[in-house]
Amino acid sequence: MTATGVPGTLRRTGAALAGGGSGTVYALLALVFAVVFAINPSFAQPPSLLAFAQQAAPLVVLAVGQYLVIVAGELDLSVGSLVGAQVVIAARLIDGQESATLPVLLLMVAFGAAVGLVNGLVTTVLKVPSIIATLGMMLVLYGAVRLWTGGAPTGALSEAFRTAGRGDAVELPLLGGVPWALLIAAAAGAAAVALMRAPQGRTLVAVGDNATAAAFSGARVWRVRTLAFVGSGVLATLAAILIGGFAGVTAQVGEGLEFSAITAVVLGGVVLGGGRGTVVAAIGGALAVEALFTLFNQLYLPSTIQPAVQGLIIIAAVAYASRERSRRSPRAPADAGGPEKSPREEV
Amino acid sequence: MSAPAAQRPTARPGLPRPGTTGLVYLALLAVLLAGAALAAARGQELLTTANTVDLLTRSSLLGLVAIGQTLVILCRSLDLSVGYVMALSSVVGATAMAGQGSRIWLGVAAVVLVAGLVGLANGLIVTRLKVNPFITTLGMGLIIKGYLDTRYKGPAGDVPAEFQLFGYTRIGVVPLSFAVMAAVAVLAVVFLRRTRTGVHMYAVGGDAEVARMSGVRADRPLLAAHVLCAVTAGLAGLLIAARFGTGSTLVYSSGYELESIAAVVLGGTYLLGGRGGVGGTVAGVLVLATLDTVFNVLGVDPFFKDVLRGTVVIAAVALYARRQVDRAATPPRFPPPPLLPPLLHRRTGGRP
Repeated sequence: MTATGVPGTLRRTGAALAGGGSGTVYALLALVFAVVFAINPSFAQPPSLLAFAQQAAPLVVLAVGQYLVIVAGELDLSVGSLVGAQVVIAARLIDGQESATLPVLLLMVAFGAAVGLVNGLVTTVLKVPSIIATLGMMLVLYGAVRLWTGGAPTGALSEAFRTAGRGDAVELPLLGGVPWALLIAAAAGAAAVALMRAPQGRTLVAVGDNATAAAFSGARVWRVRTLAFVGSGVLATLAAILIGGFAGVTAQVGEGLEFSAITAVVLGGVVLGGGRGTVVAAIGGALAVEALFTLFNQLYLPSTIQPAVQGLIIIAAVAYASRERSRRSPRAPADAGGPEKSPREEV
Repeated sequence: MSAPAAQRPTARPGLPRPGTTGLVYLALLAVLLAGAALAAARGQELLTTANTVDLLTRSSLLGLVAIGQTLVILCRSLDLSVGYVMALSSVVGATAMAGQGSRIWLGVAAVVLVAGLVGLANGLIVTRLKVNPFITTLGMGLIIKGYLDTRYKGPAGDVPAEFQLFGYTRIGVVPLSFAVMAAVAVLAVVFLRRTRTGVHMYAVGGDAEVARMSGVRADRPLLAAHVLCAVTAGLAGLLIAARFGTGSTLVYSSGYELESIAAVVLGGTYLLGGRGGVGGTVAGVLVLATLDTVFNVLGVDPFFKDVLRGTVVIAAVALYARRQVDRAATPPRFPPPPLLPPLLHRRTGGRP
């Protein structure tokens, strides 16, 4: 139980400084940015930073969605192909007509929620492990979209649709254009923080921590988990809108995003298996992943070596986090945080 | 991912139910019959020589990977790096053989060594650094991918003609590669049933803490499983090299890691460890390969195949979950204590 789960500013500050949670990932983020600035001082200018924010926005949104599912003790592997499917659906249905933008956007949100609902119900009601359920959904979406379009995406996105991903919301005197994507990602992040502080959010964490105990305390575990999947589906749709606007329509859009999102969440110290970690840390993880990609570009690393560095970093980050956890509770690492938790549950 | 304690059915003694493995073979039979009937309705034959060879060849490749994956999953771990290990092994093997028949064993030894080292690294990171296996093997896969993409720009190495026979020889309708896979499967079954490490794998996967308190060094079976899993993936890589005649780095994009997990779970092995076995996995592999062959014979759109495959895997696993065969898949050790569940309920649920 970290920052959002524990009442009291004092404890929150303490937890943030002690490291292992959001404090650590933001320290990493600051370090990466310091190196980037040292290599290329012009990157510290507001336009570059805002461009970075625009580029990082989709992953932030995806990481928030993946966080909801992971903290509830599940995993969503279908978000990458859902993003791909949504972009292709948008292009085909809008087909360049401005007037079609709004109805298609609503349809996409409904579709994303429906995919999340199916993932959630298959996992909770049919009791299929979520890794298999969402893997199956990934295959189904991948195949269905290509079947529908005949292999290659057709149609085009409208200008209005693309504004969210690549347009600027306001022009500020010193900073320059503030991209819509930044505002949208910030809104999604703020909404998630508010949710995690509300009773519903705490139930979500409790379910991920110990589903049996949560069920005995009156939580409807299947409903909470299903809603987490619906949230992930809707946020993946939002990410698809940003990515489609930013990068346009290709056949490969969305590929591998599920693993990037999981990497981001885990880099933020959120534990696979549920019940530990904050959404703020997950957002920090997404920003750190994007910052690392920026660093690789600044270092002129061959793009092919990037996965290797990314792999090393996730393993190192998680090894570091688990060292922190086992040090705090040396007797039983799986039970870390137990003493903090019991008073809340008995209330 | 879901809580096993919450869904464990109460003991129902005296109800005869087939074991999970038997169930999977029944499903395989059903898929074969349904496929043959569908093909016959279109005036085609499902199990022609060409189709059978194709089916068995498909299963030999996925089977090798899935057997290793079974061992890892039994220990409540996971290996997402197998596809990358296959690609690495095909390149290492083909490069070491360098087109000369006399260097075949050098190539095989190099592959076993390299794959074994990757598995050892996976196992050590999971056991010593306490990194979640999902992240460990995902990261390891990315590291290998980065190495392969940077070092090799295309196919590399040359497989001598003698070794290519491994990919193409067949005895009747049974390809040599399938026989090798079957032999590895038998070895794995014997290993799991008859050796100490094998039995400990079930113990560690079932409950690592209980296994530790019973005097099992929990790290060792897990390390062994990861090494063996990487080595079987290495063998699959050798098979690919034998079939292509060269080392191919692009194998990793074929999704073998997820497909092997699907095969293992389809075979009735419990994703959270401790229950299941290699026999079921082989059946799961054969079911997936049969589906592919049936789709090919029926001329199903390749994209529709993905849709069907995803649906079939989910439906099958949902069916197992309905009747989650709790005890049948593990060798029975103790009768379930009848008083324990009510006691547990009272203790946890009685809190005001």
